[in-house]
Amino acid sequence: MIYIENLTKKYSDKTLALDDVSLGVERGEFVTIVGHSGAGKTTILKMITAEEIPSQGKVFFESTNVHDLRRGEIPKYRRKIGVVFQDNRLIPNKTAYENIAFAMEAAGRSDHEIVADVPEILKLVGLDNKLWNFPHELSGGERQRVSIARAVINQPELIIADEPTGNLDPINTFDVIGLFKKINEMGTTVILTTHNKGVVDLIGNRVVTVEKGKIIRDDKEGKYVL
Amino acid sequence: MNWINIKRVSKAGFISFWRNGMTSLSAVLVMFISLFIVTSLVLGSALSQSIIDMLKEKVDINVYFKTNVTEEDILALQEKISTLPEVKDVSYTSKEEALEGFKERHKDNSLILSSLDELKDNPLGAVLSIKAKEPSQYEGIAKFLEEDGVSISSDGSGIIDKVNFYQNKLVIDRLSKLIAATEKIGFSISLVFAIIAIIVTLNTMQLAIYTSREEISVMRLVGAGNWYIRGPFIVSGIMSGFLASLLVLIVFYPITIWVGSRTADFLAGINLFNYYTQNFFEIAIITMGVGILLGGISALLSVRRYLHI
Repeated sequence: MIYIENLTKKYSDKTLALDDVSLGVERGEFVTIVGHSGAGKTTILKMITAEEIPSQGKVFFESTNVHDLRRGEIPKYRRKIGVVFQDNRLIPNKTAYENIAFAMEAAGRSDHEIVADVPEILKLVGLDNKLWNFPHELSGGERQRVSIARAVINQPELIIADEPTGNLDPINTFDVIGLFKKINEMGTTVILTTHNKGVVDLIGNRVVTVEKGKIIRDDKEGKYVL
Repeated sequence: MNWINIKRVSKAGFISFWRNGMTSLSAVLVMFISLFIVTSLVLGSALSQSIIDMLKEKVDINVYFKTNVTEEDILALQEKISTLPEVKDVSYTSKEEALEGFKERHKDNSLILSSLDELKDNPLGAVLSIKAKEPSQYEGIAKFLEEDGVSISSDGSGIIDKVNFYQNKLVIDRLSKLIAATEKIGFSISLVFAIIAIIVTLNTMQLAIYTSREEISVMRLVGAGNWYIRGPFIVSGIMSGFLASLLVLIVFYPITIWVGSRTADFLAGINLFNYYTQNFFEIAIITMGVGILLGGISALLSVRRYLHI
């Protein structure tokens, strides 16, 4: 589904964020990318969402070369991907309901669908009593669950999660990882980054280890070796 | 962008305007100041224009005819003068009317009146009053009157006693210069202030939207199209402009009453408040139009820089 070929990213100050990285992710997989801070995990994800442009190499989503997309085509492409961040990035002046509704509106869904689906998904992540709360009125774990709900609401083919448990306590981490596993079981491909050994063990799927911009290990069964 | 998107974008714009209370308020206040300046300039230039028009109206040149000239010759000359493109109006005052006017003006002075009675004949000649479209054109008209053949009666003698252009020349010249300078300076000042207003508004909008840059990047990553992201900001900007222009229009009401009552004498009878209420519709359209454009365009320009992700 995702094919990264010989990807290199140099920043203008000559730091090498990615060094000749190649990686393939099949449909339905749950891939965890691990590595120290600054190893290049986030850069790989930003390449897939077309937030960053590679210095060399290519990224394919199915048969589409992501970086050949015209500016006008990028929003449509991004709707195939749900994104979750460490700091959840909810829109601060929109309620939980509106944050999710916004993603549906952006994808051109009808008002009827929005009214039906948003409470449903919030119930699924256990927030059916917090529909009309603003992000600052929610706990870290609750915010992250809203952000996951927003990522999956348009039934994307791929979920990208950048350190989704980075700010959470162990219990919330457990819940959130449980949500991702459930999403994956329903058939959505998930790519998740973390530097938390416990998370890797919890997921127990394919683990890709990145160090200094290179992939140094690619294990079929979850192992955190660094 | 279809209808449902327009509806969603406007709604989002309204809601975010309301929820970002302080930011919206500061945008409205800054726009208020900008629009206040713009409206003052519009009002000021309209007012100075009407003062200038009034002064222009007071300037004319009079052609005094010799007492023995027949009315036909004068009317023939009036006909000729009124065909000149520079001439706005020529009015004829006959000998008798001139005498009446003279008596009227000096009705309290018995010495003049009695000495007038001593004379058998009417000592006054007929007069043509000429008004030009622009004060600078009087010189050309005066020259025309001096040309050979223009002011000669049917029997070949000159009919004009005198043209008072040369007495009035100084005043007319000064007035033309003053009017030209006022228009030029007024235009430059308006331009400078309008540019300042635009820059200040743009900066405030940029600050307001700067606080939303994270939000914009999230919208991009959720897959929202550019117009879907811009839209609500533009709607908020338009709302700020609209509210600010309403405020300006309201505030100008007491201001023009106050200023009007104090300057009516000095402005030769033009009352600012009357002017404001009589031309309210035009002023309101200009102020709101400028406010809405200023708000919308500065929001558009400000969002643009955060849309590159």
